[in-house]
Amino acid sequence: MTTRSTNSELHFATARELRTRFDNRELSSVEATRLMLERIESLEPNLNSFITLTPERALKQAEQADQRLRGSGQEPTPLTGVPVMVKDNFSTEGVETTAASKILKGYIPPYDGTAVQLLKEAGAVILGKGNLDEFAMGSSNETSAFGPVRNPWDTDRVPGGSSGGPGAAVAAGECFVGFGSDTGGSIRQPAALCGVVGMKPTYGLVSRYGLLAFGSSLDQIGPMTRSVADCADALNVISNHDHRDSTSVPAPFADFGRDLESGISGMNIGVPREYLVDGIEPGVRSAFEASLKTLEDLGANVSEISLPLTDHALAVYYIIAPSEASANLSRYDGVKYGLGSTGSKTSAEATESARAEGFGEEVKRRILLGTYALSAGYHDAYYKKAQKVRTLIRREFTDAFLKFDALVTPTTPGVAFKIGEKTDDPFKMYMNDICTIPVNIAGLPSISIPGGMSKSLPVGLQFIGPQFGDTVVIQAAAAYERATPWHRGHPPV
Amino acid sequence: MDPLTPEDVSHIAQLAYIKLSDSESEKMRIQLTNILSQFQALASVDTEGVEPTGHTTDAHTIMRTDEPHPPLERDDVLQNAPDRDGEFVRVRPVLE
Repeated sequence: MTTRSTNSELHFATARELRTRFDNRELSSVEATRLMLERIESLEPNLNSFITLTPERALKQAEQADQRLRGSGQEPTPLTGVPVMVKDNFSTEGVETTAASKILKGYIPPYDGTAVQLLKEAGAVILGKGNLDEFAMGSSNETSAFGPVRNPWDTDRVPGGSSGGPGAAVAAGECFVGFGSDTGGSIRQPAALCGVVGMKPTYGLVSRYGLLAFGSSLDQIGPMTRSVADCADALNVISNHDHRDSTSVPAPFADFGRDLESGISGMNIGVPREYLVDGIEPGVRSAFEASLKTLEDLGANVSEISLPLTDHALAVYYIIAPSEASANLSRYDGVKYGLGSTGSKTSAEATESARAEGFGEEVKRRILLGTYALSAGYHDAYYKKAQKVRTLIRREFTDAFLKFDALVTPTTPGVAFKIGEKTDDPFKMYMNDICTIPVNIAGLPSISIPGGMSKSLPVGLQFIGPQFGDTVVIQAAAAYERATPWHRGHPPV
Repeated sequence: MDPLTPEDVSHIAQLAYIKLSDSESEKMRIQLTNILSQFQALASVDTEGVEPTGHTTDAHTIMRTDEPHPPLERDDVLQNAPDRDGEFVRVRPVLE
């Protein structure tokens, strides 16, 4: 670990610590927001974690939050006055929303997505929009049309993706909480590579209304934080039933923080052996083995389990997600918003040109892959077959959770890699998501927390719970966090 | 599996409304062939009698009550159109 948080390092405080300072009148939200904006200004030339900064809006929200914190109006929430970032695939009324794609440059949404609306209602201070892989398609943040994000632990390395902006910003102390989206690991993988907490809740807990769609049956919004308690608090704010998202599940939900202090004595935790893939780095493996020992020391019953269909998860994902993406991204036609096309003679030509110019290479590759998998003659062999194997993967998890309360795995097979290292081989890049993808296929809750260090870089530890077992993964993660020092490590920025 | 042909790629690109240059087409042909070949192992999974999963919640079609809401502001919506004519979005001719 490079440094530890001290009282003088406000930017590395947790949201709960910040709120305590607000409550003790040691600091106002406006002061905290100003401090963040100054820090962002000094760090951004190196990190590039923001696509858009909204300082005036943020300061206005901070002023309102201060009034609320001083007792006028509504009861404050755990996020009142807390400076946060939302990924730039969240629709924000009046603030440019690009999904890091050239095709949406200049797009100003006329509405807030539900998660943004809930953050505003909770009194959070939104500093700006976080960088990401274009349309959330990537594992390194290198496919952004606005340039790569750099990992604050080593700026020659990637922060992971697709929520690389929020991951880097939370790790570097540019914000207190980041909000990302996770289709195949896009919250947990950057959380692991940046050494922060990241959670993908059970599919359906957080409304996808206003989240620019990638793979609709897989996409889920979730928090990225510097503590498990902050993660639970943030999830309490953004989860709800929303009639505008037909896959939103009925509320009310449990208090996601209810079992933070419960410990894991007697908890049955399974270790799926297929997740310890051949390509796993030795440093990640040894950190993981040490973590298993910690869990046992905390009283958990840790034992191995086999989930043989894990070997097919990558194929299932890279058929289903691009198929859904090819349909979702058909709306970018150069007519209603974003990049247009001048000089084309026909409507079809204009659309083909706008999409050729507006989409980056990875997005084109996935649209083509999905179009192929859905096309006549291939639909049954690819898309339908993948959906059937998806059923079997879900069953395999359901059976595992008859015996286990939670599963534990490394979040990624390796630590943050060098920028440019994997861009030439798409399939090699896809392998980064090998441990996170099965969770989205089955719609399960999962959290990645700091679980060690390897080569001076953070290693992530992932807990997976049964559907709607969000409090269980939070409980396990909180117990591990209390017993280990990793969450107190911060990058040298 | 057989490698994709240039005609395959051109057909998919046309379906997806994406214009590809010759060099882009060839690169995609090689990469997509490589990716698809990694998926062939799926065929070995026995899915006899297994229902496909579309999504993981028990969501089903529901009816909402028909309550009028104010629509989005027209100007807020239209300001995003690359080519606008007053209250309209202008498009190229669909038929030549």
